[in-house]
Amino acid sequence: MMFVRSFVFFLGVLATVFFGWAALVGIPDAMISEIPPPEDLPRYTDVQLFGRKIYIREGCLYCHSQQVRPEGFGSDDDRFWGRPSVPGDYVYDKPHLLGTMRTGPDLMNIGVRQPSVDWHLIHLYNPRLVSPGSIMPPYPWLFNEKPSAGPNERVLTLPDSIAPKGNVVVATEEATALTEYLLSLNRSYPVRQ
Amino acid sequence: MPRRKSDVAGSHAEFKSRDAHADEHLRISIDDSARTPTVFYFATAVGWLVVGTIAGVITSLKFNLPDFLGDIPALTFGRIRPVHLNTVMYGWASLAGAGMIVWLTARLCRVPLQWGWLQYLAAIFWNLGVLAGTVAILTGYSQGLEWLEFPTFAGALIAGGFLLFAASIVQTFRKRNVEHLYVSLWYIMASLLWFPVLYVVANLGIYQGVVEAAMNWWYGHNALATWFTPIGLAGAYYFIPKVIGRPIYSYYLGLLGFWAFALFYNWNGIHHLVGGPLPTWLVTVSIVASVMMVVPVMAVAVNHHMTTVNHFRMLRFSPTLRFVVFGSMCYTAVSFQGSLESIRSIQEVAHFTHYTIGHAHLGVYGFLTMILFGAMYYIIPRLAKWEWPYPGLIKVHFWSTAIGIAVYVTALSIGGWFQGIEMNDPSIPFLDVVRNTQPYLWARSASGVLILVGHLIFAYQFFVVIKRAGPRRFAPALFREPAPLEPATTEEQRP
Ligand code: HEC
Repeated sequence: MMFVRSFVFFLGVLATVFFGWAALVGIPDAMISEIPPPEDLPRYTDVQLFGRKIYIREGCLYCHSQQVRPEGFGSDDDRFWGRPSVPGDYVYDKPHLLGTMRTGPDLMNIGVRQPSVDWHLIHLYNPRLVSPGSIMPPYPWLFNEKPSAGPNERVLTLPDSIAPKGNVVVATEEATALTEYLLSLNRSYPVRQ
Repeated sequence: MPRRKSDVAGSHAEFKSRDAHADEHLRISIDDSARTPTVFYFATAVGWLVVGTIAGVITSLKFNLPDFLGDIPALTFGRIRPVHLNTVMYGWASLAGAGMIVWLTARLCRVPLQWGWLQYLAAIFWNLGVLAGTVAILTGYSQGLEWLEFPTFAGALIAGGFLLFAASIVQTFRKRNVEHLYVSLWYIMASLLWFPVLYVVANLGIYQGVVEAAMNWWYGHNALATWFTPIGLAGAYYFIPKVIGRPIYSYYLGLLGFWAFALFYNWNGIHHLVGGPLPTWLVTVSIVASVMMVVPVMAVAVNHHMTTVNHFRMLRFSPTLRFVVFGSMCYTAVSFQGSLESIRSIQEVAHFTHYTIGHAHLGVYGFLTMILFGAMYYIIPRLAKWEWPYPGLIKVHFWSTAIGIAVYVTALSIGGWFQGIEMNDPSIPFLDVVRNTQPYLWARSASGVLILVGHLIFAYQFFVVIKRAGPRRFAPALFREPAPLEPATTEEQRP
């Protein structure tokens, strides 16, 4: 009797977690992996993937989502964050970066909205230089201070009050890769909803 | 050994028979068997609690002062925030829960802890896992999935630790000397089955794109369902009747609550992706399951309330009871809030805002952490054979954390709600939305500091007791002297 009861207990308990997995992960996986990648969605380049790693390393995802909600659900459309996202938009994303917080704006289409490399670099160096009142963190370690820039290096144009005396601030590979990644965030190609 | 009111409550001193003597003997040998593992789990848990709280306060201050510690890569917002989450969940709550489970299982099975040496290995693996994972995040090696930031090797250490821990608990369960399995044991045994499955599947890294997002929130919410909430409920089901000295109100409500919990909670996770790029039916299934959580929550709430009713005056003197009852009230509140919050029209506002953060803390702090504090106030003196030396500090601990979490949740609920409303109004520039959250975020930082003060006081007294230092007391530390207790009446259903 005791044995039967324990058996039913263990089986029942395992069944609940299994069915939860099947419904929430297993079945969606079977359905969604059938969908072919959108034709107009390019794969990430190596530099973009490196930039994506920096995005993960610095935890941008804790303040920025990458998912646009449909019209009539929030104001994503009116804020020009892009068309509603579909599963196909994410086929090359690993790990996924959908996010759960919007302390900052959604970045699903930031490459469309803000195509300026210089803007992104200054913003990453210190967000308050271009967005007064922003609470985004600064990322000075993505930049180097040196007496003069090398041939292929990008120099930041900083206001005099901030610019280091006698030195220039140049973007590291990490900063330029991160910016390339941000510019690649462009899901404006048409899809069937 | 000094006798304690709540132990006496079950077997009134005057009627002490040979059985009662044997009982006491058994209790002592059980406590002896669980002593070192439980204290080791608790001590490391308290260490992680302090680390995690400091990380939390730094995270919060960065919202107010974004340039604060702004040029130290390891302390940037996006690293210190996941360090906070992972240290308090896998360090503090998990290790404290494991310590409680070790002692509780032995007590409820009425048998000394079996294979206790496995618990040392488990605790060491687990702590190394949390340490390695934390260092990895700080140095930039996060996996980038919320709740799963720890890299695989750290995850493997934790999973290995969990399996060793579970093996010893299951063996203790198999050697049990009881016919009747008390409710707390159901939750404990279920979590031992659920959590390893969940944790291992989630760490395999076999998914990609939106399916990975679904997996991520299946895991994130189920970590609560299969591990953290069972710890809290097992504690509440044990300590409330134990301290009051009455049996739990209804066995059948307990049964209903357990199975409804097991059925519905597992399906909740995708409500974290309402409005996201997932099939509508999937999100709907999760919303329905989240609303159905009202059933198990009502069952638990009624059961605990009916057990406590007429005994609320005991909250005035028993620290354990006060922390645990506070925790179980938060459980009811946070669960109803969660059911409501999953509904689309509420999610439209609350999702992506600080409101959700407030909700998470009401659950993991108001409910789980407060119950763990209550459990520790009960268990430690029995293991250390040393009473808490400073009842006044327990009072300060209670009020700083209770007021702290109340301010925390209120500030973020109101601030987050306005943030959501404003964000949904495209005529308000985004930076204005950001600016308008500041007063609430300052209030949250203040509450965080208050909570940190409470934790430091608790940690101090914890280490004093463990070292058996401080003034020696021969009666349990109470907030004030209690009125006389009535003896309990029925044998069944009493933990
Ligand atoms: C503490 C939260 C926080 C973190 C972490 C954070 N951001 Fe931001 N971000 C914001 C806020 C707030 C804004 C809006 C104000 C502004 O433009 O700075 C913003 C704006 C932006 C914008 C401009 C969006 C627009 O619509 O104009 C970009 C691009 C951006 N962040 C990229 C990043 C990157 C890349 C990272 C990680 C390296 C990051 N953010 C980390 C809060 C954050």
